[in-house]
Amino acid sequence: MTTATRQAAAGLDVETLLRMYRQMAAIRLFEERVSDLYTRALMPGLAHLYIGEEAVAVGICEALRPDDYLTSTHRGHGHCLAKGAAPHLMFAELLGKEAGYCKGKGGSMHIADPATGNLGANAIVGGGAGIATGAAFSSKWLGTGRVAVCFFGEGALGQGVLYETMNLAQLWKLPVIYACENNLYNEYTHCSETTAGDMLARPAALGIAAERVDGQDVREVHAAASAIVERARRGEGPGFLLLDTYRYRGHHVGDVAREYYRPKQEEQRWMSERDPIALHGDWLVSEGLADRAALERIQSEVASEMDAAVEFAVKAPYPDPSTVDEDVYA
Amino acid sequence: MPETATALRELTFGEAIREALAEELRRDPRVVLLGEDVAEAGTAFKVLKGLVEEFGKDRVIDTPISEPGFTGLAVGAAMTGMRPVVDIMFGDFMALIMDQVANQAAKVHYMSGGKWKVPLVIRTTMGATRRSAAQHSQSLHAWPSHIPGLKVVVPSTPYDAKGLLKAAIRDDNPVVFFEDKISYAKVKGPVPAGDYTVPIGVADVKRLGRDITLVATSSMVQVALGAATMLEEVGISAEVVDPRTMWPLDETTLVESVRKTSRAMVVDEGYYRYGVTGEIASVIAENAFYDLDGPVRRLGARHVPVPFSPVLEDATVPTERDVFELARKMCNR
Repeated sequence: MTTATRQAAAGLDVETLLRMYRQMAAIRLFEERVSDLYTRALMPGLAHLYIGEEAVAVGICEALRPDDYLTSTHRGHGHCLAKGAAPHLMFAELLGKEAGYCKGKGGSMHIADPATGNLGANAIVGGGAGIATGAAFSSKWLGTGRVAVCFFGEGALGQGVLYETMNLAQLWKLPVIYACENNLYNEYTHCSETTAGDMLARPAALGIAAERVDGQDVREVHAAASAIVERARRGEGPGFLLLDTYRYRGHHVGDVAREYYRPKQEEQRWMSERDPIALHGDWLVSEGLADRAALERIQSEVASEMDAAVEFAVKAPYPDPSTVDEDVYA
Repeated sequence: MPETATALRELTFGEAIREALAEELRRDPRVVLLGEDVAEAGTAFKVLKGLVEEFGKDRVIDTPISEPGFTGLAVGAAMTGMRPVVDIMFGDFMALIMDQVANQAAKVHYMSGGKWKVPLVIRTTMGATRRSAAQHSQSLHAWPSHIPGLKVVVPSTPYDAKGLLKAAIRDDNPVVFFEDKISYAKVKGPVPAGDYTVPIGVADVKRLGRDITLVATSSMVQVALGAATMLEEVGISAEVVDPRTMWPLDETTLVESVRKTSRAMVVDEGYYRYGVTGEIASVIAENAFYDLDGPVRRLGARHVPVPFSPVLEDATVPTERDVFELARKMCNR
């Protein structure tokens, strides 16, 4: 199937196309505020930004039902937002506030929300593989038709449990999608130094339907995800998407001096030539589906929402220290 | 024993486990068993024999040899509506699944601010003296007991095994359930045919006594009871207390017993260092120090990898004779 026909098959109406633009802008502006909060020492811990990879989360999550599941990663804000998380409750969690998604007990790397099918972001690389595959097991066993998406970076390709659960998923034809975000760097090390052979040969060895996708093209991601998600939903087994993308910032906000592991020119090239939001915006304009003013209006609306969300979180109270012992056991 | 213990039969420890699983599979369609050779083979220990015939391969599910994979899958399944019971053939393989247990299952509820639950049971084994050497003989129940968010159960009798396993399956938390391999066929006892549970977190006094408290776990309960019979012959009355669960730990029952007897020994088959005996001894020392006539003493597995040769292996595990002699010394008799 060609890209154009597949996009048509995925049923991309103008509303969806504009919503994808808005969602990508929301993630970008959310993360810029995270960076700001962090550098102003208002946010404790670590902040791993998703800037540059927005089309992956948005393209895939737009292909999901509200009750579908996902597992996320330490770089997970984008996945949570794309699946429908509320920014003010996200910011509150990032700042360790009682109003946050996890009452301040999880933080940036552990956002979880049953209401949006978010099984939790996981700070063990590959840690979501078992959980997502298990959610797909439940879906099949209970006959709910729900699909689970396991987001992970190419760094997780080094973890054995990923292949163990992929093996189970294919043996038992479980509706789970393994979404490998290849942003090229395992923390501070290029993936060519850590990954032998062809990445796609790995799912192929298990007979899992797999596809390489331009992760900076939100429509292409959405088309590929729609096809593989619906295939899984029909009971035809798991899928694997290898999404080529790029992490604009460092491994975390504090990773500033990074020329020892990747050149500035490479970063510049991705930002100027392959930015997912700019590419999608330009396409919307060139197709006559939106004008520049409309896109700017979306950007400023989202910016206001994010500013209000930050204000809510900054003003929100911390949890009472006495709650530290709560929620250890159900 | 329950007051309405109708149809009490003698079952082995292994038969009691199987009966608990069969009853829970019948009671709740969300319960599934997952593990290596759990279906037709009925596990390497034959404990699950016959279950697949009644419940089918959708409920009693053979997995690849892939412990982290199927344990991780079970965590996710437990979060999303199932109540999986995972079979980890040898307790030594806890080392393989520890990320799924300690970083995933144990923490999901807390990290999510109480939103997600993990009603998962991990059944595994413990106990040496089967000549299985260093990687198939360890008693690692102290490991999960160290991690907040887990419950850890170590039954010693068929009655406790059935009641505690049913309680574990109905619990909304991840429970690690250790079964002593030697006890499967060797330990027999009365078990009610009907439904009952034993609450998690309540110790049981297996034998009443006046002079010394023997706190013993799992395989060591039979050892302590044997030693208590020997002690009786020399005029020492030993009380045997079985905590039954490592966490939650019934501190009250332990401390009350020691306050009465004024002497305490802790006997456990886990490694002597940094383990169960040290923890329980400290609970007693912290709460009953002024009632004690002497220091709390401990017996545990020797701090060596479990050796193969029978003469070497037998030197690593506490025996009735070891308990008897140490208790006599503690009682100055």
